[in-house]
Amino acid sequence: MIPAIFRVEERNEEFAGTVTLRIRGEAREVPTEFNPGQFNMLYAFGTGEIPISMSGSPADGNGYIHTIRSHGFVSRALADLRVGDAVGVRGPFGRGWPLDQAAGKEVLVIAGGLGMAPLRSLIYRLLSGTPEVSRLRVLYGARRPQEMLFLTELEYWSRRMELILSVDHAEGEWPGHIGVITGPLDKAEIDPDNTIAFLCGPEVMMRFCIQVLTAKALPESAIFLSMERNMKCATGHCGHCQWGPNFICKNGPVFCYEGIRRWFDIRAL
Amino acid sequence: MKTLPDLLHEHAFFKDMDEDHLAFIARCGENCIFNAGDHLARENAPANDFYVIRDGRVAVESYVPNHGSICLQTLQSGDIFGWSWLFPPYLWTFDGRALDEVHAVRLDGKCLREKCDADPKLGYALMKRFARIVTDRLHTTRVQLMDVYDQQKTSLDSGK
Amino acid sequence: MQEFVLQAEHLEVLIQVVRSEGFQLMGPVVRNGAITYDEISTASDLPRGWGDEQEKGYYRVSRNDSGAYFAYAVGVGSWKQFLQLPRRKVWEAHKKDDAMDILEVLDEVPARAFLGVRSCDLHAIAIQDRVFAEGQYRNENYARRRQNILLIAVNCTTPAATCFCTVMNTGPKVTTPTDLTMTEVIDHKEHYFVIRSESQRGREILKQLPLSSLEERHSLAEEQALQAAVQKMQEGPRKFDSAGVKELLYRNYDSPVWDQVAERCLSCANCTMACPTCFCSTVEDTTDLTGEHAERWERWDSCFTGDFSYISGGSVRASTRSRYRQWMTHKLATWHDQFDTSGCVGCGRCITWCPVGIDLTEEVQRIQQLDKTL
Repeated sequence: MIPAIFRVEERNEEFAGTVTLRIRGEAREVPTEFNPGQFNMLYAFGTGEIPISMSGSPADGNGYIHTIRSHGFVSRALADLRVGDAVGVRGPFGRGWPLDQAAGKEVLVIAGGLGMAPLRSLIYRLLSGTPEVSRLRVLYGARRPQEMLFLTELEYWSRRMELILSVDHAEGEWPGHIGVITGPLDKAEIDPDNTIAFLCGPEVMMRFCIQVLTAKALPESAIFLSMERNMKCATGHCGHCQWGPNFICKNGPVFCYEGIRRWFDIRAL
Repeated sequence: MKTLPDLLHEHAFFKDMDEDHLAFIARCGENCIFNAGDHLARENAPANDFYVIRDGRVAVESYVPNHGSICLQTLQSGDIFGWSWLFPPYLWTFDGRALDEVHAVRLDGKCLREKCDADPKLGYALMKRFARIVTDRLHTTRVQLMDVYDQQKTSLDSGK
Repeated sequence: MQEFVLQAEHLEVLIQVVRSEGFQLMGPVVRNGAITYDEISTASDLPRGWGDEQEKGYYRVSRNDSGAYFAYAVGVGSWKQFLQLPRRKVWEAHKKDDAMDILEVLDEVPARAFLGVRSCDLHAIAIQDRVFAEGQYRNENYARRRQNILLIAVNCTTPAATCFCTVMNTGPKVTTPTDLTMTEVIDHKEHYFVIRSESQRGREILKQLPLSSLEERHSLAEEQALQAAVQKMQEGPRKFDSAGVKELLYRNYDSPVWDQVAERCLSCANCTMACPTCFCSTVEDTTDLTGEHAERWERWDSCFTGDFSYISGGSVRASTRSRYRQWMTHKLATWHDQFDTSGCVGCGRCITWCPVGIDLTEEVQRIQQLDKTL
């Protein structure tokens, strides 16, 4: 499977070292449909390929939107791309957020740091009304306000959903919480029979959030999280993304906590 | 109009507390409102009070010369603010500042201390609640120290 | 199924018929002091009169006077090297100004015949088929190589001390689909092969061979040889309950055995390279000096390497303990959940080629012992 050629149409620096790219297929007939939570393998010429989830609206037929944090060779090469540059794309891969299970439910979106990227696709989808949910709450934690993704857009959406922001540190005027995300999460009223939670962020942050959720009696079957592991092929052949019996690339990246609980607590798995 | 015992009864901190104890505690309290920017507490000033936050947000801060105030944590409806009144020398260790209009119940620390000494059962019930708050805050602080949103931790495991 | 007897002196005819059918014939040869697999053009290329001695961290080829062609257990390396190439170019990319294009590299796939495939290795091929060709995504490179292989199996009557196919239920007798299956028999100066055709292609080849009919004494001699092999393995030390091993390992992620094995394991990756089912690979992307031409290469990788599990910041499996645990638990446990089969065929290569003599069967037994005492 070889990458299709896409071109950068728009580049936005979210904050230092993190950019959002809008890319469009060079051959216009390249389909760009995906489910929120899925990912593409993005190829930077001669440097390599890494999995990056879609952060744009699934209804946007105008190519893909990816948010990339530059921290390795490949992500740096991708983050350095300019408008007009070419990029290789294979995908979409993996299982996304279980939208069907969100219908009619109170949805709790819990994002940490860059984890907001795949969750923004989900928020787009939920705000579009399919599936219809009875309540949408977004809890977003980051180190500082300057390192929050899509803040303007999230605040704009807060007329249609409840938005709770939390940072470790903030200076000057900051309307959100200072502390950690588990604080406001613990304060949130949760109806355990009618709530579904979607989490994405560093694994340790998800672990602490799951502790709070289960303490509030949310069933393990109502908690979904997106996992990350090293990945080379995205097709289940290279073996790198194995996590217990799971391949993150094809069985994930989104997993139901109930199904992976057994593996979640095993260290260095 | 809600009475002070009613207001305390509704607050998470006093959840499931004995009615008699609540009525007893309420006798040490009064309703108060702070405007945005008002201080509930000032570092090193006498800590005579304990605040039950009903509405609004309170920042726990410390002032750094040449910099300004650093906010360590924000508290909100359902939280309590202040435990410096519990132990000598009864001085605030941080600033408490209202971030917006804050509605709270102020409880007199000295009055509460005397009541706890006189009624150890009440004292124990109250201290259990404070211990819970302190461990929760410590937990939060520990997680905050872990920098959990950092995606790029350096490996500490030597691989040996 | 048709079954006959092919006299040993006519093995050459078989080889030439297969070659004349257009197959490149791969089989066992003695090279660099070991039995390996390579191209065969005549029967004299085969390791006639050679056997192998294998033990923990020990391998020697040795002369024997039997005159048998297939008197060894399994070769170094495995057939995997011809199906999942150790290194291959995946694509070439070109960039000029703003334009980029990527061309898939489709190398020529020769029609090949494998001669002398053991039952364990047939199982290994079937396991890799599941990984690469029967899942949601198909590895085209593998599938193209695999589809035309003519399989000529030879039943194993000479297992090494490291072999434990009877534990894994993968041998020594061939029970999976082949084109031709043979058993080499040397009985009172008689030297012949019992040969059976299992496919249309196999029958076409049989038609061209000087065969005689299979008599009861041939069948009996064959059965005795296979029984002796089974007995040899059953009398050896390499035994464990392969049916219960998945749950055993799932229960024992925290076993102290992992710490003990990590004391000895060098994380050298030899076991994964020698294993006929290990399928992990990585990719390398390169550019030339002009920066206009790039290539992507795929090569075998191992879960024992440090960067195998690297995610931003560090490796998930930084310790040898976690890597050995991953490898063995994958082989014997998680593989079942992933591909509905064990990932181990009992060929013993990982035991032979471990430079410090770690023996997977011993480690399983150790975990089993501790599991019982808890």
